[in-house]
Amino acid sequence: MFIATFGIFGMHDIVQIGVFLLALILLTPPLGAFMAKAVNGERNFLTPVLGGLEKWLYKICRIDPDCEMDWKSYLSAVIAFSLVGLVVLWLLQVTQAYLPLNPQHLPNVSWDLAFNTAVSFMTNTNWQSYAGETTLSYFVQMAGLTVHNFVSAAGGMAVLLALIRGITRKSTEGLGNFWADLVRMTLYVLLPLSVILALILVGQGTVQTLSGYAHATTLEGQKQVIAIGPAASQIAIKQLGTNGGGFFNTNSTHPFENPTPITNFFEMLSILLIASASVYTYGKMVGSPRQGWVIWGVMLAVFCVMLGVSLYSEYNFHPPYVSTPSMEGKETRFGVTNSILWETATTVTSNGSVNSMHDSLTPLSGLVALVNMMYGEVIFGGIGSGLASMLLFVLLTVFIAGLMVGRTPEYLGKKIEAYEVKMSVIGVLAPGVAILIFTAIASVTKVGLSALNNGGPHGLSEILYAFTSCAANNGSAFAGLSTNTVFYNITQGIDMLIGRFVPIVAYLAVAGSLANKKSVPPSAGTFPTDTALFGFLLIGVIIIVAALTFFPVLALGPIVEHFLMLAGKTF
Amino acid sequence: MKKHIWDSMKMLLAMTVLTGIIYPLAMTGIAQIVFPKQANGSMIRINGKLVGSSLIGQNFASDKYFWPRPSAVNYNPLPSGASNYGPTSDTLKELVEMRRNNFIRLNGLPSNTQVPPDMLYASGSGLDPDISPKAAELQIDRVAHARHFDAKEKRELVRLVKSHLEGPQLGFLGEPRVNVLMLNLALDTLGVTRK
Repeated sequence: MFIATFGIFGMHDIVQIGVFLLALILLTPPLGAFMAKAVNGERNFLTPVLGGLEKWLYKICRIDPDCEMDWKSYLSAVIAFSLVGLVVLWLLQVTQAYLPLNPQHLPNVSWDLAFNTAVSFMTNTNWQSYAGETTLSYFVQMAGLTVHNFVSAAGGMAVLLALIRGITRKSTEGLGNFWADLVRMTLYVLLPLSVILALILVGQGTVQTLSGYAHATTLEGQKQVIAIGPAASQIAIKQLGTNGGGFFNTNSTHPFENPTPITNFFEMLSILLIASASVYTYGKMVGSPRQGWVIWGVMLAVFCVMLGVSLYSEYNFHPPYVSTPSMEGKETRFGVTNSILWETATTVTSNGSVNSMHDSLTPLSGLVALVNMMYGEVIFGGIGSGLASMLLFVLLTVFIAGLMVGRTPEYLGKKIEAYEVKMSVIGVLAPGVAILIFTAIASVTKVGLSALNNGGPHGLSEILYAFTSCAANNGSAFAGLSTNTVFYNITQGIDMLIGRFVPIVAYLAVAGSLANKKSVPPSAGTFPTDTALFGFLLIGVIIIVAALTFFPVLALGPIVEHFLMLAGKTF
Repeated sequence: MKKHIWDSMKMLLAMTVLTGIIYPLAMTGIAQIVFPKQANGSMIRINGKLVGSSLIGQNFASDKYFWPRPSAVNYNPLPSGASNYGPTSDTLKELVEMRRNNFIRLNGLPSNTQVPPDMLYASGSGLDPDISPKAAELQIDRVAHARHFDAKEKRELVRLVKSHLEGPQLGFLGEPRVNVLMLNLALDTLGVTRK
């Protein structure tokens, strides 16, 4: 009598994925081209509207946007801004009871949770140890979290711009001005897109109000307190800025955060949009769109493979006691395909928002999420930071290719020497080292193990996921792990700081060194970096680095769990 | 560094005013004017009394109503939550088997009925307002029986359920579903007109 639902992957699912990828591909060039103009201070179609505001911001902050910074000065501006942001956000949380817009009279946040959340938003991670609707006041959500959603994304983009300028400029110290990059990215890119997305969301049912929670009496006479708040404005930038920290505890599974398949589509698109467009921006800025498209192609190829593996696992593997794909942690309106498409998008970028609970996915789908983050968020990745990390991989690939053919490696006319390679290796490996050390500590200590929600190998996956997510500045979770403890709040805070700032030091050090160099014209011995061959080499390097670093722990977690699940073993 | 700290404070303040106060307040203003119902939570009032939100699921235990999906937080939105049980969890296995048996027994279904997975597994938010069309279909007999419907009334009930079936949005986005609260509200009015 009714149409069947769930369980079988069919045309309906292929169409949804196809339309999604098509929309991403079509929007990438125009947005990328616009960003290349806007973030570099060139005149664009928004200048008549926002140009005055931009100038006014420089004026009241007494900043000269044309004052060039060398790499150390740029780095110190990034760190100073992050530090100030961290302190202020921490203070807002621990004093929220005395601040306005707190209709539920929520108490001050504990010092360690406030530290975790402050680090989390400042580093663009947006790990949620907090439950928005029962922990944070509207004021903290707006003036604290929303602000950091903007500036941490803009800060990531700024660092990428500095790295690109290092590649394109010759014999100079200057990498641009951090404040100008920050302001332009926020004003011309993030803010307008957020306004559009927020309006789409509200139209579909996402809440946007300053009223207190609603008290309902259900049809069966029970009391239900319905949490609401100024959510749409925050969710828009949370999706666009690869942030991912939810207004509500369950993030974009919550019907007020993601009410319909339409909002789901736009929220999902927003996860990848700017990161994807910034690869096009890169091609434009280095004067060769092909350079950008090769990197973009690598990203899309890896994305599609990871998506395919995760879908295959979720549709085909399940414990013997059921005969259909699992709907645990999934919402009816999204079903399996949209949940897995979101899962892949949110973990390849450093977004970390969720529309289904990753903890309840099949082991190989969980593995896909883990591996996506273990690449170091280079498949589209976080805004700015994703492509910047990818460029470190590009330098390593150029170096390895150079070793193979016995020539001095060069990239876009710049010689790649020991210093750049060392810095790239540090930037690429630091998060991995942090992940493994912290996971090891948590796996053998009582305080680490007491947070577990699942036994057996899945327990190890929960811990591994938490530290991977933090070091990759992702923020999604195997949310069964109860991380709101002093141990996890602090270790994860450190993990996030390492994952954000060690790579940033590497990007900027490489940028400074490259900017200083002369440009050498390409010769017959130059290994071309705008070909499919280079793309394959790049994929190889990325996979080898992630696989060698993490294969043992993945074998002990999700891989062994996969076989135990098929055998019907439970814990 | 000192200058950078000073500049940071000014810049953070400016950004806070712009993106943390003006932006959310402006969006709130626009939302309240253009989409007042949605912006305030798509609330449903009956005779002035708030009975819930069409987007937030609520508990139904009585045989006279269609039942929602299992919820890890028992449909209490403070805070929303999921079970987070993995596929090799003992507890999940027990829960699924219990839910399957209960669903079959309480709906008077043949013991080999394939219970749709949305009725076996808890949702991600714990507040999922929807169930699958199949899950609604399998409950029709029980609801009709509990409400002492005759054959004609039961046909009306089937029509009612069908009219509450939402297909994919724009014809291709998302899964077909039935909003439980909206269906149950309509079900109550069906009873009233009958009397």
